[in-house]
Amino acid sequence: MAIVGKNGLEQDLRISEAVAGDYIELLKPRVMSLVVFTAFVGLATAPAAINPFIALIAILAIAVGAGASGALNMWYDADIDAVMSRTVSRPVPSGRILPGEALIFGLFLSSFSVMTLGLVTNWLAAGLLAFTIFFYVVIYTMWLKRWTPQNIVIGGAAGAFPPMIGWAAVTGTISLESVILFLIIFLWTPPHFWALALFKSGDYERAGVPMMPNVAGEESTKRQIFAYSLLVAVVGVLPAVFSEASLVYAAVAVVLGAGFVWYSWKVLRMPEGDRSMKPAKALFGYSLLYLSALFAVLLADSLVGRFGASAW
Amino acid sequence: MVNAMDDDRVNLTDAQKKARRNRNIAIGLALAAMVVIFYLITIIKLGPGILERPM
Repeated sequence: MAIVGKNGLEQDLRISEAVAGDYIELLKPRVMSLVVFTAFVGLATAPAAINPFIALIAILAIAVGAGASGALNMWYDADIDAVMSRTVSRPVPSGRILPGEALIFGLFLSSFSVMTLGLVTNWLAAGLLAFTIFFYVVIYTMWLKRWTPQNIVIGGAAGAFPPMIGWAAVTGTISLESVILFLIIFLWTPPHFWALALFKSGDYERAGVPMMPNVAGEESTKRQIFAYSLLVAVVGVLPAVFSEASLVYAAVAVVLGAGFVWYSWKVLRMPEGDRSMKPAKALFGYSLLYLSALFAVLLADSLVGRFGASAW
Repeated sequence: MVNAMDDDRVNLTDAQKKARRNRNIAIGLALAAMVVIFYLITIIKLGPGILERPM
């Protein structure tokens, strides 16, 4: 138990009331779940064998690395998190965890996850994980986010790396197939976040974050969402062209992509005065479904191709 | 937040004690999990080679 002197140290001393759940919240579990899933798809579709337990630990290391970058993001962004309705109850702005505690926690988990991934798989995968953390925390959070409305376009790369890391963990290489997986998430990110930014633009405005709707205006944002949705729909089919995904995958990707374009079209046609923003909310929901479904089909397709063929 | 007593010691509130216990249990579980994980990784990575220890 700490001993406090009589020189006013009491004021500086703060005993934490944070519980383990607060630290888990720092890791952004919902973002982490998407990272785990896409990394797993990259790992499972890679054309090489990996010990299942090593694969599990590799995914765990990637998840912890992603979580660590979330904790570092919450450390740096506590000031803007405190003024946005969506983020005000996060552990740092709500005072449950001190900024310094979040920083140390994030730094420790970052180095630990990178070292673990390097030791259990290879150093290319570990290097990619380290770069992803650096990209998300320094390039996106510290630099782009508060500076340019292109923040999530470039910053989206951080969220797009996990399947590449999973692929590299198995093969030790970066190849066209893994770059396509990267591109799908990279191009999916802007319409996904701009749909959110459309109906949360007041939040970003208050926080001084230059999101596209409050910098370029709603009309321009809608047009850009539509343009990116066309690109996503095309790139989503590429695994059937350049890698071993089947025609079934291609058909599903076309249907899902058409859905994406349809929802974006509804956003494009949304009247200027529509404050309920239902089409934007619908697109945001659909974009999550799109990415999950596309990767799930890619995973199933790969597993059927690998194990189904031998069963026939 | 801090209740300094007459004997200059920090007296934790019930909420602080409960939170500390919660964190300690979580750290303990995490450490135990890491021991098991690194044990298994060692066995898998080295395989039968773990028994080959030249004198």
